[in-house]
Amino acid sequence: MMVTRSYMSRREVEQQSFSIPVTVLVPLGAVLLQVLLPRVFHGLAVLDLPFIVTLFFAISRRSPIAGTVTGAAIGLLQDVLTGQPIGVNGMAKSVIGYAGASLGSRIDVENTKTRALLAFGFSLLQSVLLYLIERRLLGIRAFHLMWLHELLRAAANTAVALPVFLLLDRAKHQE
Amino acid sequence: MDFLRQYKNALFLIAILLAQAIALAVQVRRPMDAAQPDGPSVRLIRLWAMTAVTPVERATHAVGSGAGHAWSEYIDLRHVRQQNKELQQQLARMRIEEAAISEDALEGRRLQAMLGFRESYVGSTVAAEVIGASGSEQTHMLTIDKGSRDGLRPDMAVITQNGVVGKLRDVFPATSEVLEINDPSSGAGVLLASTRIRAILRGTLTGRVQIGNLTADSRIQPGEQVLTSGGDQVYPRGLPVGVVESIAADPDHQPYTAIRVRPAVDLDRVEEVLVITGTQAEPTPAAQQDLADAAAQHAADLSAERLPGIHDDETPGAANGTAAATPPAANAPATVPHPLPTVHSDRFTSGSTPPASEMTPGAASSAPSSQGAPSSPQAQPQPGATK
Repeated sequence: MMVTRSYMSRREVEQQSFSIPVTVLVPLGAVLLQVLLPRVFHGLAVLDLPFIVTLFFAISRRSPIAGTVTGAAIGLLQDVLTGQPIGVNGMAKSVIGYAGASLGSRIDVENTKTRALLAFGFSLLQSVLLYLIERRLLGIRAFHLMWLHELLRAAANTAVALPVFLLLDRAKHQE
Repeated sequence: MDFLRQYKNALFLIAILLAQAIALAVQVRRPMDAAQPDGPSVRLIRLWAMTAVTPVERATHAVGSGAGHAWSEYIDLRHVRQQNKELQQQLARMRIEEAAISEDALEGRRLQAMLGFRESYVGSTVAAEVIGASGSEQTHMLTIDKGSRDGLRPDMAVITQNGVVGKLRDVFPATSEVLEINDPSSGAGVLLASTRIRAILRGTLTGRVQIGNLTADSRIQPGEQVLTSGGDQVYPRGLPVGVVESIAADPDHQPYTAIRVRPAVDLDRVEEVLVITGTQAEPTPAAQQDLADAAAQHAADLSAERLPGIHDDETPGAANGTAAATPPAANAPATVPHPLPTVHSDRFTSGSTPPASEMTPGAASSAPSSQGAPSSPQAQPQPGATK
């Protein structure tokens, strides 16, 4: 007699959710901190806290649609508060949310090294996306991609993302 | 249907991106208006967001400034006496310098009036505190705690005592957004102080400030002061903007040069600002009074300096030069000037010639000739001698 094995994808096994307060307040807090922290120390503008939160929710939920919506919402709010044309960060973070969720369902995103690689790589991807949006869509010819600066930004985002991810892990609801 | 089900995630992403791209296109295509940089719908969204965020920003600012105030005013008081003494000395020096500068300012205004120039002076300002920043490296904006209720409108210039900060971009009822001069979308008409070259100052994506519409000119050197030209109808003329830091060829816009300017204001650490709400053709009454006082003081100083011998040292007020400005009374006795003592006496020197009663007509002069001067065949009468 042949044993029947049912296949359940990694996404179905480990999809995680968050409570509504966490879902709403964490992105809001990230955007607010992004606005307030550079007032205290201007160098902190190199960080992108909304990006870190977008990536965390995307790889944790492992749902591309949820990741896209989360990224779009956080990015649009960031655009509104930073005075940029509405849609610049919205588009970039929509892609980050989608890609993060798609990748999160295929690899182990609980590992610290994997998380570091993800944060670093997606930070660079966001820089490229912002460059394309500013340069191609908005036609800002003076916009240049300064690779060294973007590498430093990616490193800084990674350094902050790891402890933030550990902190936010406590807010997960396993399903 | 299978196609939609199979690619629903990707299709959803494409739909979201498309919607945002259309929104971006609408924002970019809309003709820019200085008074309304955003369309009505975008402005409404920004207003809601700002209304939601402003209380948090105010609270954070209040806590931060309260802690800073407590530290600086009550705890960290080291060297305060020494600083106070130094500041007083500096104030005294600046008063003297101001008196000298006021004369040049008056002369400049007279020349401008002759040439028909129309100067605009800062007429009224509103003080505001910075409560937030854009938090992005792509944009350089500040949020201040004053808005349309305080009489602010878009495009008003924002300054500090050191120089120009930027201009108002979005004005909401209780808050406003300041577009700093180092924002990529910012621009200002400027004047190089010594060469008098007019130019356009722009922000860069790296948060720097530079002039990019000038070709290479050897007269422009690092250290030259950059002032507002007044030509942009936003910033009044003559406000300090910064100092030329470096000059290099602009690889993206040949044959223009990229003249980097170091802003006069530390744009990353602005705490309080002044919004210029009105300009006027004449200085304010207080400023006029200050100028008049300084000019009078300067005139008195000049008189005291140029006419030192006319004053009697015993006259009260002579020391500070006030006597020089006072005309002599009509019945005052005429002052006879005394000749200065002779350094090298000769035969013409007063007192070196014998009196006329001792001279013999036709005889050679017995007085020795000093300095090798040829002896006169005839005695010279004493200067000033009466017959």
